[in-house]
Amino acid sequence: MEKIINITLKVWRQKGPKAKGYFETYQLNEISGDTSFLEMLDILNEQLIHQGKEPIVFDNDCREGICGMCSLYINGHPHGPDDLITTCQLHMRHFNDGDTITVEPWRSAAFPVVRDLMVDRKAFDKIIQAGGYISVNTGGVPDANAIPISKMDADEAMDSASCIGCGACVAACKNGSAMLFVSAKVSQLALLPQGRIEAKARAKAMIAKMDELGFGNCTNTRACELECPKGVSISNIARLNRQFLKAKFSD
Amino acid sequence: MYWLLNSSIGRKFIMSVSGIFLVLFLLFHMSMNMTLIFSSSAYDMICEFLGANWYAIVGTLILAGGVVLHIGYATWLTLQNRQARGTNSYASSSQTKTEWSAQNMYVLGVIILGGLLIHMFNFWYKMQFSELIHLEGAVTKGSELVIPLFSNPLYVLVYILWLVALWFHLTHGVWSSFQTLGWNGRTWYPRLKLISNVVATIIMIGFAIVPVFFLIKKL
Ligand code: SF4
Ligand code: FES
Repeated sequence: MEKIINITLKVWRQKGPKAKGYFETYQLNEISGDTSFLEMLDILNEQLIHQGKEPIVFDNDCREGICGMCSLYINGHPHGPDDLITTCQLHMRHFNDGDTITVEPWRSAAFPVVRDLMVDRKAFDKIIQAGGYISVNTGGVPDANAIPISKMDADEAMDSASCIGCGACVAACKNGSAMLFVSAKVSQLALLPQGRIEAKARAKAMIAKMDELGFGNCTNTRACELECPKGVSISNIARLNRQFLKAKFSD
Repeated sequence: MYWLLNSSIGRKFIMSVSGIFLVLFLLFHMSMNMTLIFSSSAYDMICEFLGANWYAIVGTLILAGGVVLHIGYATWLTLQNRQARGTNSYASSSQTKTEWSAQNMYVLGVIILGGLLIHMFNFWYKMQFSELIHLEGAVTKGSELVIPLFSNPLYVLVYILWLVALWFHLTHGVWSSFQTLGWNGRTWYPRLKLISNVVATIIMIGFAIVPVFFLIKKL
């Protein structure tokens, strides 16, 4: 049977980066369990517009869990209570009739609020620009299997590459650390032959940028991997530590 | 070597290495304590070795350096991390199922430091330090100090609570230091977790067994 629920929403509202934020409470009735979380916010926004009020601003794009644009800290979890999904993939059936749902933006000094639930994640782009690429020309498509890559490395590299850059790891971390993101972006390249050449310089440059932008120091709480919608593992962080230390000691 | 100060991984490297050093010291200290159960004269002999001799003093200074580094860097990192978190905190408290010890390392560290200060006053000050500055009444026979204290139930209780805090600190600290050094991965994570728990438990029981032994003996 289809689940229909009535909910109370406590939503963070903030006019601009400098403005003081506050919580606003909204009542929303007869929401189908098949509604996605963002669709539910759409319904709420439509109501607000009809009432002549300002709709709630939130980030989103693909709405199928691949772009990494959606965010939201819902009831104490980045991307809500369900595991291994993004907010756009979260459905209202995970909530019960009469629930109060608290919705907040990512909170981290490096991700300032732009408006309401939308934060500025440009810091991630800056980290990528610092070294998250391969600068050699690898030529045309090489012959398949000309360079053997072990299945383990290939799988690890794919798992690291599944990071969508959403920033939930930073949002979950009590230290505001971006290590899971950076380590995924370093690993996806460092595990493969094309990326290995610049591995040392890349680790150093990306860590330097990460520190400069004011992200915190990782204390291995594992909050990031527990909340990451793509299940990126902290073994990536160990790899990044390893590469960084190796690079510094061989300087 | 400047990177040990100005990069996050460098600072964490210091935390990790100083932490491992302190764990090794704890293991040594624990073995030393345990000799007291078997023979107080053997224990007193070790205490004499570690009196005001140049090697014991050098060892004490290195150890003190390790403690200062570990605490200093911990404070620095914690302050930076609070800043990175930003001024707005979440209204809905975090529901992420992280380990309690991992979230409270600094608080646990403060408790451990408190215990350490009591310990320094009770033992180190009356033994090595008094001997060093030629204070009257410097104690060289450690057992004369330890046994009466360890027969006091209140002291033993505080001591054991302190060890519990230490246990929590180490269950996170040991595997975490290997993670920071880069010695971890999918296969090593469960192993290191196990090693952490084993090391923490050995240290807790190894230290606790001595006061418990004397408390029971007195009864
Ligand atoms: S590591 Fe996970 S949580 Fe962090 S940005 Fe990538 S996908 Fe998001
Ligand atoms: S909107 Fe693209 S991942 Fe959620």
